[in-house]
Amino acid sequence: MTEQDIKQTIFQLLKKIAPDTEPEKLKPDDDIRRTLEIDSFDALQFVVALDAHFGIETPEADYGKIATLRQLISYIMKQKK
Amino acid sequence: MIEFQMPSLGADMEAGTLAEWLVKPGDLVKRGDVIAVVDTQKGLIDIEVFDEGIIHELLIKEKEKVPVGTVMALIASDKEPVVKQEEKMPAKITEEKKPVEKLPVTEMRHGIKVSPLAKRIAVEKGIDLNLIKGTGEGDAITKEDVERAIVENIAPKEERKIDSTESIRMAVAAAMSKSNREIPHYYLETKVDMSKALVWLSEANKQRSVKQRLLPVVLLLKAVAKALTEVPELNGYWENGLQQKDDINIGFVVSLRSGGVMIPAIHHADKKSIDELMASLNDIIPRTRAMKLRSSELSESTITVTNLGEGNVETVYGIIYPPQVAIIGFGSIVEQPWAETGMLDVRPVLNITLSADHRATDGATGSRFLMTVKNYLDKPAEL
Repeated sequence: MTEQDIKQTIFQLLKKIAPDTEPEKLKPDDDIRRTLEIDSFDALQFVVALDAHFGIETPEADYGKIATLRQLISYIMKQKK
Repeated sequence: MIEFQMPSLGADMEAGTLAEWLVKPGDLVKRGDVIAVVDTQKGLIDIEVFDEGIIHELLIKEKEKVPVGTVMALIASDKEPVVKQEEKMPAKITEEKKPVEKLPVTEMRHGIKVSPLAKRIAVEKGIDLNLIKGTGEGDAITKEDVERAIVENIAPKEERKIDSTESIRMAVAAAMSKSNREIPHYYLETKVDMSKALVWLSEANKQRSVKQRLLPVVLLLKAVAKALTEVPELNGYWENGLQQKDDINIGFVVSLRSGGVMIPAIHHADKKSIDELMASLNDIIPRTRAMKLRSSELSESTITVTNLGEGNVETVYGIIYPPQVAIIGFGSIVEQPWAETGMLDVRPVLNITLSADHRATDGATGSRFLMTVKNYLDKPAEL
Protein backbone atom coordinates (compact mmCIF):
# COMPACT_ATOMS: atom_id res chain seq x y z
CA MET A 1 0.00 0.00 0.00
CA THR A 2 1.51 3.31 -1.08
CA GLU A 3 1.46 6.56 0.79
CA GLN A 4 -1.03 7.84 -1.75
CA ASP A 5 -3.39 4.88 -1.13
CA ILE A 6 -3.27 5.49 2.60
CA LYS A 7 -3.99 9.15 2.11
CA GLN A 8 -7.01 8.40 -0.09
CA THR A 9 -8.34 5.94 2.49
CA ILE A 10 -7.90 8.49 5.25
CA PHE A 11 -9.87 11.00 3.20
CA GLN A 12 -12.67 8.51 2.63
CA LEU A 13 -12.87 7.61 6.32
CA LEU A 14 -12.87 11.27 7.32
CA LYS A 15 -15.64 11.95 4.81
CA LYS A 16 -17.74 9.24 6.41
CA ILE A 17 -17.26 10.68 9.89
CA ALA A 18 -17.64 14.32 8.87
CA PRO A 19 -19.59 14.27 5.58
CA ASP A 20 -19.49 18.00 4.95
CA THR A 21 -15.79 18.58 5.29
CA GLU A 22 -13.16 18.62 2.59
CA PRO A 23 -10.29 16.52 3.91
CA GLU A 24 -8.55 16.77 0.51
CA LYS A 25 -7.81 20.37 1.36
CA LEU A 26 -5.86 19.42 4.51
CA LYS A 27 -2.22 20.47 4.40
CA PRO A 28 0.28 17.87 5.66
CA ASP A 29 0.86 19.66 8.95
CA ASP A 30 -2.65 20.87 9.68
CA ASP A 31 -4.15 19.53 12.89
CA ILE A 32 -6.83 17.25 11.43
CA ARG A 33 -9.33 17.54 14.26
CA ARG A 34 -9.07 21.28 14.64
CA THR A 35 -9.16 22.00 10.92
CA LEU A 36 -12.15 19.79 10.22
CA GLU A 37 -13.83 20.62 13.56
CA ILE A 38 -14.08 17.00 14.66
CA ASP A 39 -15.13 16.53 18.29
CA SER A 40 -13.81 13.87 20.65
CA PHE A 41 -16.70 11.54 19.89
CA ASP A 42 -16.13 11.64 16.13
CA ALA A 43 -12.37 11.43 16.67
CA LEU A 44 -12.89 8.14 18.47
CA GLN A 45 -15.08 6.87 15.63
CA PHE A 46 -12.30 7.83 13.22
CA VAL A 47 -9.71 5.80 15.15
CA VAL A 48 -12.13 2.85 15.25
CA ALA A 49 -12.51 3.10 11.47
CA LEU A 50 -8.74 3.44 10.90
CA ASP A 51 -8.00 0.38 13.02
CA ALA A 52 -10.65 -1.71 11.33
CA HIS A 53 -9.58 -0.67 7.85
CA PHE A 54 -5.83 -0.99 8.20
CA GLY A 55 -5.91 -3.90 10.64
CA ILE A 56 -3.85 -2.01 13.18
CA GLU A 57 -4.37 -1.25 16.83
CA THR A 58 -3.95 2.33 17.96
CA PRO A 59 -3.56 2.58 21.73
CA GLU A 60 -4.98 5.66 23.39
CA ALA A 61 -1.46 6.74 24.31
CA ASP A 62 -0.67 7.17 20.60
CA TYR A 63 -3.46 9.64 19.84
CA GLY A 64 -0.93 12.46 20.11
CA LYS A 65 1.14 10.87 17.35
CA ILE A 66 -1.58 11.05 14.73
CA ALA A 67 -2.70 14.65 14.91
CA THR A 68 -1.68 15.70 11.40
CA LEU A 69 -1.94 14.03 8.02
CA ARG A 70 1.82 13.65 7.78
CA GLN A 71 2.02 12.05 11.23
CA LEU A 72 -0.95 9.82 10.62
CA ILE A 73 0.33 8.46 7.30
CA SER A 74 3.75 7.69 8.71
CA TYR A 75 2.15 6.10 11.79
CA ILE A 76 0.00 3.80 9.66
CA MET A 77 2.95 2.84 7.43
CA LYS A 78 5.02 1.92 10.49
CA GLN A 79 2.19 -0.07 12.08
CA LYS A 80 1.55 -2.00 8.91
CA LYS A 81 5.17 -3.10 8.54
CA MET B 1 -60.86 4.69 23.97
CA ILE B 2 -57.34 6.05 24.27
CA GLU B 3 -56.60 9.36 22.60
CA PHE B 4 -53.27 9.52 20.82
CA GLN B 5 -52.20 13.16 20.71
CA MET B 6 -49.64 15.24 18.88
CA PRO B 7 -46.86 15.13 21.47
CA SER B 8 -44.88 18.10 22.71
CA LEU B 9 -41.26 17.44 21.87
CA GLY B 10 -39.93 20.21 24.04
CA ALA B 11 -41.09 23.52 25.42
CA ASP B 12 -40.44 25.13 22.06
CA MET B 13 -42.86 23.05 20.01
CA GLU B 14 -46.30 24.43 19.20
CA ALA B 15 -47.35 22.32 16.25
CA GLY B 16 -46.22 19.47 14.07
CA THR B 17 -47.01 18.19 10.60
CA LEU B 18 -47.92 14.56 10.24
CA ALA B 19 -45.52 13.22 7.62
CA GLU B 20 -46.64 9.63 7.61
CA TRP B 21 -48.79 7.10 9.44
CA LEU B 22 -46.97 3.82 9.99
CA VAL B 23 -50.15 2.03 11.14
CA LYS B 24 -53.69 1.59 9.87
CA PRO B 25 -56.99 0.97 11.65
CA GLY B 26 -57.11 -2.57 13.03
CA ASP B 27 -53.36 -2.75 13.72
CA LEU B 28 -52.31 -3.94 17.13
CA VAL B 29 -49.86 -1.59 18.82
CA LYS B 30 -47.89 -1.89 22.02
CA ARG B 31 -46.04 0.52 24.23
CA GLY B 32 -42.95 1.94 22.52
CA ASP B 33 -44.06 1.18 18.94
CA VAL B 34 -43.38 3.94 16.44
CA ILE B 35 -46.72 4.65 14.83
CA ALA B 36 -46.19 7.95 13.03
CA VAL B 37 -43.54 10.26 11.67
CA VAL B 38 -43.99 13.94 12.42
CA ASP B 39 -42.18 16.83 10.79
CA THR B 40 -41.08 19.39 13.35
CA GLN B 41 -38.59 22.20 13.56
CA LYS B 42 -36.17 19.51 14.70
CA GLY B 43 -36.62 17.40 11.60
CA LEU B 44 -38.61 14.22 11.06
CA ILE B 45 -39.27 12.53 14.39
CA ASP B 46 -40.51 9.00 14.98
CA ILE B 47 -43.51 9.19 17.30
CA GLU B 48 -44.03 6.37 19.78
CA VAL B 49 -47.23 5.23 21.39
CA PHE B 50 -47.46 4.74 25.15
CA ASP B 51 -50.46 2.48 25.34
CA GLU B 52 -51.39 -0.93 24.16
CA GLY B 53 -54.39 -1.60 21.97
CA ILE B 54 -55.83 -1.64 18.50
CA ILE B 55 -55.79 1.38 16.22
CA HIS B 56 -59.43 2.34 15.95
CA GLU B 57 -59.29 5.39 13.77
CA LEU B 58 -56.78 7.80 12.30
CA LEU B 59 -58.17 11.33 12.65
CA ILE B 60 -55.42 13.33 11.01
CA LYS B 61 -54.36 13.06 7.41
CA GLU B 62 -50.78 12.96 6.23
CA LYS B 63 -49.32 16.43 5.51
CA GLU B 64 -51.74 17.99 8.00
CA LYS B 65 -50.27 20.44 10.52
CA VAL B 66 -51.91 20.42 13.94
CA PRO B 67 -51.19 22.01 17.34
CA VAL B 68 -49.60 20.04 20.15
CA GLY B 69 -52.26 18.12 22.06
CA THR B 70 -54.54 17.53 19.06
CA VAL B 71 -56.00 14.04 19.04
CA MET B 72 -54.41 12.30 16.06
CA ALA B 73 -55.80 8.81 16.47
CA LEU B 74 -58.06 6.74 18.67
CA ILE B 75 -56.78 3.51 20.10
CA ALA B 76 -59.09 0.89 21.55
CA SER B 77 -57.48 -0.64 24.58
CA ASP B 78 -57.43 -4.42 24.74
CA LYS B 79 -60.00 -4.53 27.49
CA GLU B 80 -62.69 -2.27 26.10
CA PRO B 81 -65.01 -3.40 23.34
CA VAL B 82 -64.64 -1.42 20.14
CA VAL B 83 -67.47 1.09 20.05
CA LYS B 84 -69.01 2.87 17.14
CA GLN B 85 -67.12 5.90 16.10
CA GLU B 86 -69.74 8.67 15.76
CA GLU B 87 -69.44 9.81 19.34
CA LYS B 88 -65.69 9.89 19.07
CA MET B 89 -65.37 12.92 16.86
CA PRO B 90 -65.29 15.87 19.20
CA ALA B 91 -65.97 19.22 17.61
CA LYS B 92 -62.65 20.47 18.89
CA ILE B 93 -60.80 18.47 16.30
CA THR B 94 -62.70 19.70 13.29
CA GLU B 95 -62.11 23.15 14.58
CA GLU B 96 -58.38 22.56 14.65
CA LYS B 97 -58.46 21.20 11.15
CA LYS B 98 -58.96 24.63 9.65
CA PRO B 99 -56.53 25.27 6.84
CA VAL B 100 -53.12 25.90 8.23
CA GLU B 101 -50.18 27.42 6.54
CA LYS B 102 -47.68 24.94 5.29
CA LEU B 103 -44.54 24.59 7.36
CA PRO B 104 -41.89 26.48 5.51
CA VAL B 105 -39.40 23.64 5.34
CA THR B 106 -38.60 21.34 2.48
CA GLU B 107 -40.94 18.40 2.61
CA MET B 108 -39.22 15.16 1.96
CA ARG B 109 -40.40 11.66 1.34
CA HIS B 110 -39.89 9.55 4.42
CA GLY B 111 -36.61 7.69 4.70
CA ILE B 112 -34.70 10.04 2.45
CA LYS B 113 -31.20 10.65 3.75
CA VAL B 114 -29.55 14.00 3.23
CA SER B 115 -26.35 15.38 4.65
CA PRO B 116 -27.03 18.61 6.60
CA LEU B 117 -24.88 20.64 4.21
CA ALA B 118 -26.66 19.20 1.17
CA LYS B 119 -29.96 20.03 2.80
CA ARG B 120 -28.87 23.58 3.50
CA ILE B 121 -27.69 24.17 -0.05
CA ALA B 122 -30.86 22.63 -1.45
CA VAL B 123 -32.98 24.88 0.72
CA GLU B 124 -30.99 27.97 -0.18
CA LYS B 125 -31.20 27.21 -3.88
CA GLY B 126 -34.79 26.02 -3.74
CA ILE B 127 -33.95 22.54 -4.96
CA ASP B 128 -36.54 19.83 -4.31
CA LEU B 129 -34.66 16.99 -2.61
CA ASN B 130 -37.36 14.53 -3.59
CA LEU B 131 -36.19 14.82 -7.18
CA ILE B 132 -32.57 14.00 -6.46
CA LYS B 133 -31.07 10.54 -6.40
CA GLY B 134 -28.45 10.19 -3.67
CA THR B 135 -25.04 8.71 -4.38
CA GLY B 136 -23.65 8.79 -0.82
CA GLU B 137 -23.61 6.12 1.88
CA GLY B 138 -26.96 4.30 1.92
CA ASP B 139 -28.13 6.45 -1.00
CA ALA B 140 -27.81 9.60 1.08
CA ILE B 141 -27.94 12.83 -0.87
CA THR B 142 -24.59 14.57 -0.69
CA LYS B 143 -23.50 18.11 -1.37
CA GLU B 144 -22.19 16.95 -4.78
CA ASP B 145 -25.61 15.52 -5.69
CA VAL B 146 -27.27 18.81 -4.89
CA GLU B 147 -24.68 20.79 -6.78
CA ARG B 148 -25.20 18.55 -9.80
CA ALA B 149 -28.92 19.14 -9.52
CA ILE B 150 -28.35 22.89 -9.46
CA VAL B 151 -26.32 22.62 -12.65
CA GLU B 152 -28.96 20.41 -14.24
CA ASN B 153 -31.46 23.02 -13.16
CA ILE B 154 -34.11 20.97 -11.46
CA ALA B 155 -37.17 23.19 -11.21
CA PRO B 156 -36.98 25.06 -7.92
CA LYS B 157 -39.92 25.11 -5.56
CA GLU B 158 -41.77 28.38 -5.45
CA GLU B 159 -42.04 29.18 -1.75
CA ARG B 160 -39.10 30.59 0.12
CA LYS B 161 -37.83 27.87 2.43
CA ILE B 162 -36.28 28.35 5.82
CA ASP B 163 -33.10 26.40 6.26
CA SER B 164 -33.15 23.56 8.77
CA THR B 165 -30.28 24.93 10.84
CA GLU B 166 -32.11 28.21 11.12
CA SER B 167 -35.28 26.38 12.09
CA ILE B 168 -33.51 24.38 14.81
CA ARG B 169 -31.84 27.54 16.09
CA MET B 170 -35.20 29.32 16.19
CA ALA B 171 -36.71 26.43 18.15
CA VAL B 172 -33.86 26.47 20.67
CA ALA B 173 -33.97 30.26 20.88
CA ALA B 174 -37.69 30.17 21.64
CA ALA B 175 -37.13 27.76 24.52
CA MET B 176 -34.19 29.78 25.83
CA SER B 177 -36.16 33.06 25.69
CA LYS B 178 -38.96 31.43 27.65
CA SER B 179 -36.40 30.16 30.12
CA ASN B 180 -34.75 33.54 30.59
CA ARG B 181 -38.14 35.18 30.90
CA GLU B 182 -39.69 32.80 33.40
CA ILE B 183 -36.97 31.00 35.32
CA PRO B 184 -35.03 32.80 38.07
CA HIS B 185 -31.67 31.18 37.46
CA TYR B 186 -28.89 30.91 40.00
CA TYR B 187 -25.39 29.85 39.04
CA LEU B 188 -22.73 27.88 40.89
CA GLU B 189 -19.33 26.77 39.81
CA THR B 190 -16.58 24.50 41.05
CA LYS B 191 -13.28 23.07 39.83
CA VAL B 192 -12.37 19.40 39.92
CA ASP B 193 -8.90 17.92 39.74
CA MET B 194 -9.39 15.24 37.08
CA SER B 195 -6.02 13.48 37.58
CA LYS B 196 -7.48 10.41 39.24
CA ALA B 197 -10.41 10.17 36.86
CA LEU B 198 -8.16 10.41 33.79
CA VAL B 199 -5.70 7.82 35.13
CA TRP B 200 -8.61 5.50 35.89
CA LEU B 201 -9.99 6.08 32.40
CA SER B 202 -6.72 5.43 30.66
CA GLU B 203 -6.26 2.17 32.62
CA ALA B 204 -9.84 1.18 31.81
CA ASN B 205 -9.27 1.87 28.12
CA LYS B 206 -6.21 -0.36 28.03
CA GLN B 207 -8.51 -3.27 28.85
CA ARG B 208 -10.93 -2.37 26.08
CA SER B 209 -10.85 -2.76 22.33
CA VAL B 210 -10.86 0.51 20.43
CA LYS B 211 -14.59 0.07 19.75
CA GLN B 212 -15.38 -0.10 23.44
CA ARG B 213 -13.10 2.71 24.51
CA LEU B 214 -14.55 5.24 26.90
CA LEU B 215 -14.52 9.02 26.63
CA PRO B 216 -14.16 11.23 29.72
CA VAL B 217 -17.75 12.41 29.24
CA VAL B 218 -19.18 9.05 30.37
CA LEU B 219 -17.54 9.50 33.76
CA LEU B 220 -19.13 12.93 33.97
CA LEU B 221 -22.56 11.57 33.04
CA LYS B 222 -22.25 8.76 35.56
CA ALA B 223 -21.16 11.17 38.29
CA VAL B 224 -24.14 13.42 37.54
CA ALA B 225 -26.57 10.49 37.54
CA LYS B 226 -25.26 9.17 40.87
CA ALA B 227 -25.24 12.62 42.44
CA LEU B 228 -28.87 13.09 41.37
CA THR B 229 -29.89 10.00 43.30
CA GLU B 230 -28.52 11.80 46.36
CA VAL B 231 -29.83 15.27 45.48
CA PRO B 232 -33.07 14.43 43.63
CA GLU B 233 -34.48 17.96 43.94
CA LEU B 234 -32.62 18.95 40.77
CA ASN B 235 -34.12 16.14 38.71
CA GLY B 236 -37.59 17.08 37.57
CA TYR B 237 -39.95 19.67 36.16
CA TRP B 238 -41.39 22.95 37.35
CA GLU B 239 -45.10 22.56 36.66
CA ASN B 240 -47.24 24.23 39.34
CA GLY B 241 -44.46 23.58 41.77
CA LEU B 242 -41.54 21.20 41.70
CA GLN B 243 -42.35 17.77 40.32
CA GLN B 244 -39.44 15.54 41.16
CA LYS B 245 -38.99 12.65 38.75
CA ASP B 246 -38.05 9.12 39.73
CA ASP B 247 -36.43 8.37 36.39
CA ILE B 248 -33.13 10.09 35.75
CA ASN B 249 -33.15 10.86 32.03
CA ILE B 250 -30.21 13.05 31.15
CA GLY B 251 -30.70 15.33 28.16
CA PHE B 252 -27.33 15.44 26.44
CA VAL B 253 -26.61 18.46 24.27
CA VAL B 254 -25.34 17.38 20.85
CA SER B 255 -24.11 20.05 18.48
CA LEU B 256 -24.96 19.50 14.86
CA ARG B 257 -22.18 19.87 12.35
CA SER B 258 -24.18 22.34 10.32
CA GLY B 259 -24.98 24.46 13.39
CA GLY B 260 -27.66 24.31 16.07
CA VAL B 261 -28.07 21.83 18.91
CA MET B 262 -30.40 18.96 19.75
CA ILE B 263 -30.90 17.44 23.20
CA PRO B 264 -31.72 13.73 23.11
CA ALA B 265 -32.36 11.94 26.40
CA ILE B 266 -30.20 9.18 27.83
CA HIS B 267 -32.86 7.24 29.69
CA HIS B 268 -32.27 5.83 33.18
CA ALA B 269 -28.70 7.09 33.26
CA ASP B 270 -28.39 6.14 36.94
CA LYS B 271 -29.16 2.50 36.17
CA LYS B 272 -26.58 2.26 33.40
CA SER B 273 -22.98 1.18 33.88
CA ILE B 274 -20.13 3.24 32.47
CA ASP B 275 -19.95 0.93 29.43
CA GLU B 276 -23.70 1.09 28.91
CA LEU B 277 -23.56 4.88 29.01
CA MET B 278 -20.83 4.84 26.36
CA ALA B 279 -22.98 2.50 24.27
CA SER B 280 -25.90 4.94 24.64
CA LEU B 281 -23.72 7.77 23.38
CA ASN B 282 -22.48 5.63 20.49
CA ASP B 283 -26.10 5.07 19.55
CA ILE B 284 -27.58 8.46 20.17
CA ILE B 285 -24.96 10.92 18.89
CA PRO B 286 -24.85 9.63 15.29
CA ARG B 287 -28.67 9.36 15.25
CA THR B 288 -28.99 12.92 16.51
CA ARG B 289 -26.63 14.19 13.85
CA ALA B 290 -28.61 12.27 11.23
CA MET B 291 -31.82 13.75 12.75
CA LYS B 292 -33.25 10.30 13.42
CA LEU B 293 -34.62 10.54 16.92
CA ARG B 294 -37.67 9.07 18.59
CA SER B 295 -40.27 11.16 20.35
CA SER B 296 -39.42 9.76 23.80
CA GLU B 297 -35.83 10.84 23.31
CA LEU B 298 -36.89 14.43 22.70
CA SER B 299 -39.53 14.77 25.35
CA GLU B 300 -38.46 12.86 28.44
CA SER B 301 -35.26 14.50 29.68
CA THR B 302 -35.45 15.40 33.34
CA ILE B 303 -32.22 17.42 33.46
CA THR B 304 -29.68 18.60 30.89
CA VAL B 305 -25.93 18.19 30.60
CA THR B 306 -23.85 20.25 28.22
CA ASN B 307 -20.30 19.08 27.70
CA LEU B 308 -17.90 21.13 25.61
CA GLY B 309 -15.27 18.41 25.29
CA GLU B 310 -11.57 18.84 24.77
CA GLY B 311 -9.99 21.74 22.97
CA ASN B 312 -12.69 24.19 23.92
CA VAL B 313 -13.21 26.94 26.49
CA GLU B 314 -13.00 26.21 30.19
CA THR B 315 -16.42 27.21 31.36
CA VAL B 316 -20.00 27.09 30.10
CA TYR B 317 -23.03 28.55 31.90
CA GLY B 318 -26.16 26.79 30.74
CA ILE B 319 -29.68 28.11 30.30
CA ILE B 320 -32.26 25.78 31.80
CA TYR B 321 -34.41 23.92 29.28
CA PRO B 322 -37.98 24.36 30.53
CA PRO B 323 -39.79 22.76 32.27
CA GLN B 324 -36.61 21.29 33.75
CA VAL B 325 -35.06 22.90 36.81
CA ALA B 326 -31.33 22.50 36.25
CA ILE B 327 -28.56 22.25 33.68
CA ILE B 328 -24.98 21.17 34.31
CA GLY B 329 -22.14 22.54 32.19
CA PHE B 330 -18.78 20.84 31.76
CA GLY B 331 -15.97 22.84 30.20
CA SER B 332 -12.84 21.53 28.59
CA ILE B 333 -10.32 19.74 30.82
CA VAL B 334 -7.22 21.94 30.86
CA GLU B 335 -3.99 22.02 32.85
CA GLN B 336 -4.14 24.60 35.59
CA PRO B 337 -2.17 25.49 38.71
CA TRP B 338 -3.64 23.60 41.63
CA ALA B 339 -3.04 24.32 45.31
CA GLU B 340 -3.51 21.46 47.75
CA THR B 341 -2.18 20.88 51.28
CA GLY B 342 0.01 23.93 51.03
CA MET B 343 1.64 22.78 47.77
CA LEU B 344 1.28 24.11 44.27
CA ASP B 345 1.10 21.69 41.37
CA VAL B 346 -0.20 21.51 37.79
CA ARG B 347 -3.28 19.32 37.31
CA PRO B 348 -5.86 18.60 34.61
CA VAL B 349 -8.76 20.69 35.84
CA LEU B 350 -12.42 20.60 34.90
CA ASN B 351 -14.78 23.51 35.55
CA ILE B 352 -18.30 22.38 36.38
CA THR B 353 -21.20 24.81 36.49
CA LEU B 354 -24.75 24.41 37.62
CA SER B 355 -27.60 26.67 36.57
CA ALA B 356 -30.70 25.92 38.57
CA ASP B 357 -34.22 27.23 39.10
CA HIS B 358 -34.51 29.31 42.26
CA ARG B 359 -38.21 28.49 42.54
CA ALA B 360 -37.34 24.83 42.95
CA THR B 361 -34.10 24.85 44.93
CA ASP B 362 -31.57 27.21 46.37
CA GLY B 363 -27.81 27.55 46.41
CA ALA B 364 -27.38 25.15 49.32
CA THR B 365 -29.00 22.33 47.34
CA GLY B 366 -27.02 23.21 44.25
CA SER B 367 -23.79 23.33 46.17
CA ARG B 368 -24.49 19.93 47.76
CA PHE B 369 -25.06 18.52 44.29
CA LEU B 370 -21.86 19.93 42.78
CA MET B 371 -19.78 18.74 45.73
CA THR B 372 -21.26 15.26 45.32
CA VAL B 373 -20.35 15.22 41.62
CA LYS B 374 -16.86 16.39 42.55
CA ASN B 375 -16.46 13.64 45.15
CA TYR B 376 -17.43 10.98 42.66
CA LEU B 377 -14.96 12.25 40.08
CA ASP B 378 -12.32 12.13 42.79
CA LYS B 379 -13.08 8.45 43.39
CA PRO B 380 -13.70 7.15 39.88
CA ALA B 381 -13.58 3.52 40.96
CA GLU B 382 -16.84 4.10 42.85
CA LEU B 383 -18.68 5.21 39.75
